[in-house]
Amino acid sequence: MSDVPTSTPPETTGAPEVPATVATDGSSPGPPKPSAGEAGRSVAKALLDAVLEGSSVVVTILAIFLAFVVGGLLIAFTDPTVLHAWGSFFSNPGNALAQTWDSAAGAYSAMLEGSIVDPHTVSAAFHGGSIAAVFNPLSETAVNATPLILAGLSFGVAARAGLFNIGAAGQFIGGAMIAGWIGFAVHLPLVIHVIVAVLGGFVGGAIVGWFVGFLKARTGAHEVITTIMLNYVMEYLILFLLGLSVFRQPGRPDPISPPIAPNAELPHLFGPNLRVNAGLLIALAAALGLWWLLERTTIGFQVRTVGANPSAARSAGMRPEWVWIIAMLVAGGLAGLAGSTVVQGTDFVLTAQIYGTYGFDAITVALLGRARPGGTVLAAFLFGALNAGGIQMQASTQIPVDIVTVIQSLVVLFVAAPPFIREVFRLKTAKAKAAGEVEAKGWAA
Amino acid sequence: MSAGTAVMAARRRLVIERRFVIGGLLVAIGLIELLVFGRVAVKGDAVFTFTLTGAKVNIPNLTLPAGPTSTIIGAVTTALGLLYVAVDLPKVPRRLIAGVSLVGLVAAVLCWADASRIPFPFVALLASTVASSIPLMLGALSGALCERSGVINVAIEGQLLLGAFGAAVIASAFGNLWLGLAAGALSGGLIALLLGLFAIRYRVDQIILGVVLNVFASGITGYLFDSLLVPYANRLNSPATFNPIKIPLLGDIPILGPVLFDSTVFLYITYVVIALVQIGLFSTRWGLRVRAVGEHPEAADTVGINVLLTRWRNVLLGGVVAGIGGAYLTIGSVGSFAKDMSSGEGFIALAAMIFGRWTPLGGVAAALMFGFATALANVLGTVGSPIPSDFLLMLPYIATIVAVAGLVGRGRPPKADGQPYVKA
Repeated sequence: MSDVPTSTPPETTGAPEVPATVATDGSSPGPPKPSAGEAGRSVAKALLDAVLEGSSVVVTILAIFLAFVVGGLLIAFTDPTVLHAWGSFFSNPGNALAQTWDSAAGAYSAMLEGSIVDPHTVSAAFHGGSIAAVFNPLSETAVNATPLILAGLSFGVAARAGLFNIGAAGQFIGGAMIAGWIGFAVHLPLVIHVIVAVLGGFVGGAIVGWFVGFLKARTGAHEVITTIMLNYVMEYLILFLLGLSVFRQPGRPDPISPPIAPNAELPHLFGPNLRVNAGLLIALAAALGLWWLLERTTIGFQVRTVGANPSAARSAGMRPEWVWIIAMLVAGGLAGLAGSTVVQGTDFVLTAQIYGTYGFDAITVALLGRARPGGTVLAAFLFGALNAGGIQMQASTQIPVDIVTVIQSLVVLFVAAPPFIREVFRLKTAKAKAAGEVEAKGWAA
Repeated sequence: MSAGTAVMAARRRLVIERRFVIGGLLVAIGLIELLVFGRVAVKGDAVFTFTLTGAKVNIPNLTLPAGPTSTIIGAVTTALGLLYVAVDLPKVPRRLIAGVSLVGLVAAVLCWADASRIPFPFVALLASTVASSIPLMLGALSGALCERSGVINVAIEGQLLLGAFGAAVIASAFGNLWLGLAAGALSGGLIALLLGLFAIRYRVDQIILGVVLNVFASGITGYLFDSLLVPYANRLNSPATFNPIKIPLLGDIPILGPVLFDSTVFLYITYVVIALVQIGLFSTRWGLRVRAVGEHPEAADTVGINVLLTRWRNVLLGGVVAGIGGAYLTIGSVGSFAKDMSSGEGFIALAAMIFGRWTPLGGVAAALMFGFATALANVLGTVGSPIPSDFLLMLPYIATIVAVAGLVGRGRPPKADGQPYVKA
């Protein structure tokens, strides 16, 4: 991956406490490179050091683990049975602990059943049940991950250019609006319709993103403010449009569009019983394309350089303003694609709430993936699995699905704070960094 | 700074451009008022009432012929816009022109919206503006407190939400509103505690941290709402609300009285906090130190100011202030807590704080502007105006974009805002 030290938020959060030579980018999953003084030692020793000192991969795993522990405690101690058992802790301590374990474990196993595999469907399949049912949890995970990958890439590409894109929600709406409109109002032949609608989604998001970049480049308007404001503008815009007869489903009093034409639906990948669809391929292709763009092209080099240091980039003859516009255009387009995969892949109608929580999920996913395309894909699958599992968990155990949001926020919080994880797990403190090397980003890009 | 001449050239181009853009915008607004509001849309009179029922002093209603009024306002605005473009005016007249035009626009919109409909309750509009601005003002003040000491506070939304939650639950469980208010303040402080811990101690990037804390607050309140507040709604989520207190004499002043001096305790707390933060930050030794820490922590440290302690104190104070704003959402207005009830107001407060250039009074003014737009949308809804409310609700956000892009220019954050401090 790149050797250019960037000052994008995700990296600086991870970077300061990690020795510079230990791989700081989360996307290289192999054993961390031994640091300079340890070159001669065995790989095993280096690996052990990485674990003890907490390389970024180890920290990430521990952070996820800790988030699940805290989530489990929260589940257990809001469960009336558990609280009751703890009420008689001194007469029967074993029962209290067992109840606590059962409560949390029950929730998490329900989550696994909803996101990976449900043993019941496997045994049923052996007795002539549906094969598709076995793969349904995995399909749901993939379906949930698809828009998260795209939205996460959107935040990531802006972050690599040093921009903080909180506007994925607004860009998502822009994409969903155009993809949806092409879907239900335009009549095109098979294959062409779906492609045109997806491209429309990209364009819709890209316009919103471009506007942010344009304003920043021309007037210096801070992207944090303009993206937040555009989120609201787009939320009201879609509400307004859904009130017009052009966008309104006939005979429905609530703001909902007509369903998109079957030609515009993203095709299912594995038969009609599994919801996983071609949107997943779009998302993975986008991740690959973005990796190529960032790491293998001149534009990508400029994006990374401007993200690292706009003044230096200007001195080197690059134009940060132009790079900001390009980066926001691509970021907006990716968020727009996320919108199109939701409209064309799962929802098939436009509603006023279609943007859901994707705006902030984009940020958390990208932060967990350290703004790298590969890391973002992995993080999106983790969060997709949590979302899919959370729905199953709520259905079978009545534990509110919001616990997933808590766990997700804790994962990102802990991943962003390696020193905190090291303190909790008593890892050796990594070689102290000089004070000057701490460089979190302020408001000024 | 690196490429000095290029930057200067760009800036000069920007200044010229800004004159044409703003002037052109004013002319466009004027022409819309003149042609659309003045001619096509409006028939009949717009009536404005200035007294609430039961007031001691009665002010007669103002009746304006909507069409001619809009035409006059439009003509004046167009003329001012042309003047703006033609002459390179000094700062004060420039701002005066912009201000007059904006007030004119509001007046023209009101005339258009109210023509031939039920009388427009002007006092109710202002009172509703102030009330809906309370959480925004407190949120903006919270932001100013944190950021002046060098810690970015994007977690205002989470502080409002947890404040609303804590206030509703405690006020309901103990049947005591003041206890609820204290719990709301402390809940806001709890998010601030996490903000301080991870920002100051573990030096996590503060914008990221704020976003994550907002998600956390949304998740935890949502989870507890479903697992506890729904099953035990009677005990845990049915608080009373504060009653309005009318201040003697001041409350009887026509127009201003009912708007500023006849409200719940939250408005009076807001007055006090505004005064304390403004005076504290800019006229006391404490404020000077806070600003020194926010601008140049190394220098502050050199003269013996404890940088980390100062930041901790301000972050926690900010959390408490925003927590009170959150408490208003439940025990100050609707009572019971609902999921994600802060609905983005924390982000509006953040924008207001930046819009107000990191000053308490600027932030309060911007918060009032946002509050006015929300109130206007509500009141116009009851009057039955022809403007789609979605567009009206969009206005403050568009106005903010225009403002940060053009009118206000670049606000300058405190120099060390967002930079963790490590003692050398």
